[in-house]
Amino acid sequence: MLLFIEQLLNGLQFGLLLFLLAAGLTLVFGIMDMVNLAHGSLYMMGAYFAATFAAWTGSFIGGALLALGATFLLGIALEFIALRHLYGRDHLDHVLATFGLILFFNELVRLVWGPGGLSLPLPAWLTFPVQILPGVYYSAYRLSIIVVSLLVAGFLYVLVMRTRIGMLIRAGASNREMIGALGINIKLLFMLVFGLGAALAALAGLMQAPILTVQIGMGENILILAFVIIVIGGIGSIRGAFIAAVLVGLIDTLGRSFLPDLLRTILSSTAASTAAPAISSMLIYLLMAVVLVVRPEGLFPASRR
Amino acid sequence: MMKQSLLSVRGIAIAIMLLLLALLPVYSHATGNIFALTLFTRILIYALAAASLNLIMGFGGMMSFGHAAYLGIGGYAVGILAHEGIASGFVQWPVAIAVSALFALVIGALSLRTRGVYFIMITLAFAQMAYYIAAGMARYGGDDGLTIYKRSDFAGLINLSDKVQFYYLCFVLLLAAIYLIYRIVNSRFGMVVQGARSNEKRMQAIGFPTYRYQLTCFVIAGTLCGIAGALLANNTDFVSPAIMYWTRSGDLMVMVILGGMGSLFGPVFGAIVLLVLEELLSQFTEYWQIILGPMLLLIVLFARGGIDGMLGRRTHD
Repeated sequence: MLLFIEQLLNGLQFGLLLFLLAAGLTLVFGIMDMVNLAHGSLYMMGAYFAATFAAWTGSFIGGALLALGATFLLGIALEFIALRHLYGRDHLDHVLATFGLILFFNELVRLVWGPGGLSLPLPAWLTFPVQILPGVYYSAYRLSIIVVSLLVAGFLYVLVMRTRIGMLIRAGASNREMIGALGINIKLLFMLVFGLGAALAALAGLMQAPILTVQIGMGENILILAFVIIVIGGIGSIRGAFIAAVLVGLIDTLGRSFLPDLLRTILSSTAASTAAPAISSMLIYLLMAVVLVVRPEGLFPASRR
Repeated sequence: MMKQSLLSVRGIAIAIMLLLLALLPVYSHATGNIFALTLFTRILIYALAAASLNLIMGFGGMMSFGHAAYLGIGGYAVGILAHEGIASGFVQWPVAIAVSALFALVIGALSLRTRGVYFIMITLAFAQMAYYIAAGMARYGGDDGLTIYKRSDFAGLINLSDKVQFYYLCFVLLLAAIYLIYRIVNSRFGMVVQGARSNEKRMQAIGFPTYRYQLTCFVIAGTLCGIAGALLANNTDFVSPAIMYWTRSGDLMVMVILGGMGSLFGPVFGAIVLLVLEELLSQFTEYWQIILGPMLLLIVLFARGGIDGMLGRRTHD
């Protein structure tokens, strides 16, 4: 039971982290109609920036803030130099061009930071376990990831649903040409949205960094997960992304920790321990396939045109 | 689209390319350059895979981001049978073809319910599932892959361990596949599939069950790619989950787009250029992808018809 609560929280934490990544992706997708595979590279760059700046300033928070700023600027630069020329093109062109960007960023990182990974040490004031229920302890760091992600999710909700910028974002998602015709500077809006998405990806990357190592290619697997999430949630829908992210986080984490035992009850123990990792990795893809077959537009399709 | 003067720049370029490919083993034999032969064997196999992807992507408008799955399925069919002691190519290859066709049928039947970017993503998801299944098969090497100790045995008909014979087998299969695709796209069936790419609703309105046509096309492409997978497994004497990884599907897409979507010989150009470029750049610098990446971006931005487009093919849409 203790293990279950802990894994439940781990799943929630992973899901919320995925939400940060998926939120940026779905914003860019929903508003610019742009498939950005390089979003995972921004996640990776965020983690590398954070590790570098944290070593440089000697403070986790200082490094994190600098990394957020740096990735925001990187995102804006990327949008300005390359991606804005791709708006209105075929999705396939986006896939290809941003696939090229992934190769570029991976090699850039190898060139600058070397092939070995970096580590971002946990700040000392977050290394202790917290008692969350009587007798149940949980890592303070993971707990703080949950809190930060929830705060960011709340911030996004307010930003998108309650502010003027959010209104423009929603208007842009439902009809790009129209808000342009109404005299809104959509170039600036798109650039800011892209920068925001980049900063969210960096936040996910730098928060995940102390748990895993910072390494080349770290953005790719998680990017695919983020895509699965926005497809399950319905492209362009922040709410859908949130629900799908938590769902995917829970299914993935719980599957990995409990499926081996579950399978052992029906299979021989060796067969179970070999099949379980494969099946648990497949679970979320299975979920996506089922969702798409039943609802080809995702669970919460953003209303269109 | 298909009927052009053989003497156009494009016709000549294709003829020269085919001639050079046909004569490559002679060059390799004369100069003792075995490396060129190995490199181009690999290129021909990838060209076959890319040509099959082009059938659905270029002609059918079905943007599969999971096409490398069939490379793996074909490869594993050969690898697993070889591992279990069945070395006969007369068993291995039909099994590889049947299994990839079956997978394509299932994947296609489900994926074709969606459109656009959802289709890209669901095909990707299926390929990732295949990847994880392969990585989980502990009996067949799991993550580390499966070494094939003996190439497919065709009872003296053809010896796959002979580099030159193997090269020509790949070459002939590639030409056969391109001819098959040529016949398909110019048939009534192919016209319906291409019509569905341009305007699916209209095709349905005039009475074509486009889903069935597209699914058949999808299965043909998957099967052709499965053959490429069987060749690839024989070529490397090894098969691992990595040949199904999503970046491999990305490579195949790059080849198709680089060569020119919906062009018969485009994927061959694309495979040659991409793999030779990789080879050259990696000799020039260890960090070759830092050049290749932006190059892809520039190709997308400025060379829309791919290589075949630059050779003067009028894009048809």
